[in-house]
Amino acid sequence: MPIHEQSLIRPENIKTHDKLEIDGIDVSGHWSTFIESRVVTDYNEAMEDEIAALPGGEFIHRCWQCGSCTNSCTVNAVNPDFNPRYWIYLIRTGMESELLRDKDIIWQCISCNKCTYACPRDVEPEGVMKATAHWLEKKGHTPKSPSIIFDEIFAEQVIARGKIEESSIIRQFLKRTGQPLMQDWLVAMARGLLMKLPVGLMRRMGLAVLFRPRTSGWSKARAALEEYVEECEREQRRALGLGDGKPE
Amino acid sequence: MSEDRKYDRVAYYPGCALEGTGHAYNRSTKAVGKALGLKLDEVKNWNCCGAMEVKNIDPKIQTYLSSRVMSIAANEMGHDVVMAPCNGCYHNLKKAEYDLEHDGGSQEVVDRLSTKAGHETYKAGQVETIHALDWIKDGIGEDGLKAKIKNSLQGVKIANYYGCMYTRPRHIFPEKDKGSGSDSTSEPHFMDDLLAAAGAENVDFPLKTACCGGAHTLSDSDISTKLVLNILEAAEAGGADVIATECPTCHTGLEMHQIRAEKRLGRKTSVKILYFTQLLGIALGLSARKVGVHENVSDSRGFLKEKGLA
Repeated sequence: MPIHEQSLIRPENIKTHDKLEIDGIDVSGHWSTFIESRVVTDYNEAMEDEIAALPGGEFIHRCWQCGSCTNSCTVNAVNPDFNPRYWIYLIRTGMESELLRDKDIIWQCISCNKCTYACPRDVEPEGVMKATAHWLEKKGHTPKSPSIIFDEIFAEQVIARGKIEESSIIRQFLKRTGQPLMQDWLVAMARGLLMKLPVGLMRRMGLAVLFRPRTSGWSKARAALEEYVEECEREQRRALGLGDGKPE
Repeated sequence: MSEDRKYDRVAYYPGCALEGTGHAYNRSTKAVGKALGLKLDEVKNWNCCGAMEVKNIDPKIQTYLSSRVMSIAANEMGHDVVMAPCNGCYHNLKKAEYDLEHDGGSQEVVDRLSTKAGHETYKAGQVETIHALDWIKDGIGEDGLKAKIKNSLQGVKIANYYGCMYTRPRHIFPEKDKGSGSDSTSEPHFMDDLLAAAGAENVDFPLKTACCGGAHTLSDSDISTKLVLNILEAAEAGGADVIATECPTCHTGLEMHQIRAEKRLGRKTSVKILYFTQLLGIALGLSARKVGVHENVSDSRGFLKEKGLA
């Protein structure tokens, strides 16, 4: 049986006994060593291959579990449960249910690439995190994360017009994630700018809303990119064994 | 000898952010170029490089978007150097260059999309992509810069903040880590060098290449606020008056989360945030307005006056 080292020390596995005597010795209190034995039967043997088939996941097989990724990780420093090394281990051993415990934080990888910088095996863990987050969504384990929603709004705008306009991205993002437009910090930022009356900036932002920036003659690039995105989507669904991933 | 002036005229790729929230960086970069006699030809009819988002839909779309910019610079404008001041643009053009050189699959997709979009495809090696830091450091050098300083930054204490995308991942920047004369991916120093040449005092700042959380600045704001607060507090602890930035995403992120840290966490920091090109422009004798100080959210006008720089 593989050792899930983390599960051994989880708070819910700590046994508390108000009054426990063993061989006449009082051992009442908290114990983390009372591990219930468990036989693992629910391996998902396809998981590694599926994640490796998504963009960014290609090099997961190279990992030799040194932990440099987690050691260098920006998000791990904020939240110790964010553990790329452990997740790579779980994916490679097919421990799906254990991976799913952390399904709601994997998307939080910030793409700082410290892991990729530190990795001695060129696993490119940043890509593996993105591939894993996509896998979780496509398999229906998680809803679309705010990060993916943002990526989609951004990509839609680039593909449609060749350029993006930041204020409309912010507005669309807040709308699609059901957040109010009047964020206190956004109001404070706008107020800071207005106080200095940068007429040029206001005019530019105003014009950008009216005349959204676009790359001229973009329509052919747009059509080519839309076709390519569909092709990628189809391929990914096929790799994940999902319904409509039919070949062309 | 001619090596000193190798970037006299380069293709300029400002990117989307420099036309929006990062406009002060655009304005100050152009103003500094003019003051130093470095000419910029803006890439004609450019498009977004894909920033940090499009690669998450599919990395090769980003490779295509970046390659189109380089193709226009090379094939339509005859340039062999593209200068991108934005870390995101710079990083993506470098990444596209690396992928096109090493991955036949990427080249195949770029060729196919370029043909369908109706423009010449880009082949690795046609242009060299440089950052605004390389442009001044290698184009003018510290001595050249020193000779033009009219308004020394003496007495200004600076924490130089480079962020993630200028140095990571290492393999897309083959020109870095080559010892003397090249920048370092672990301890970058080009911005430090230029600001020191302009008379500033660079403070010890261990978070030079820490992440500001820029990719999730809206989608995971609370983590971004914490990351920015670390950076702001480390700069203050090092005795810095100003954080010098060289990326519009980092810059806007620092400004936004400085406000957010105060609103949400009740933590106030007073360190100023300026683009390195704004600081260099002021040192070259340009007015604060000319380098767009009024366009920053973080208000540095009072500070610059106090230091006799505005």
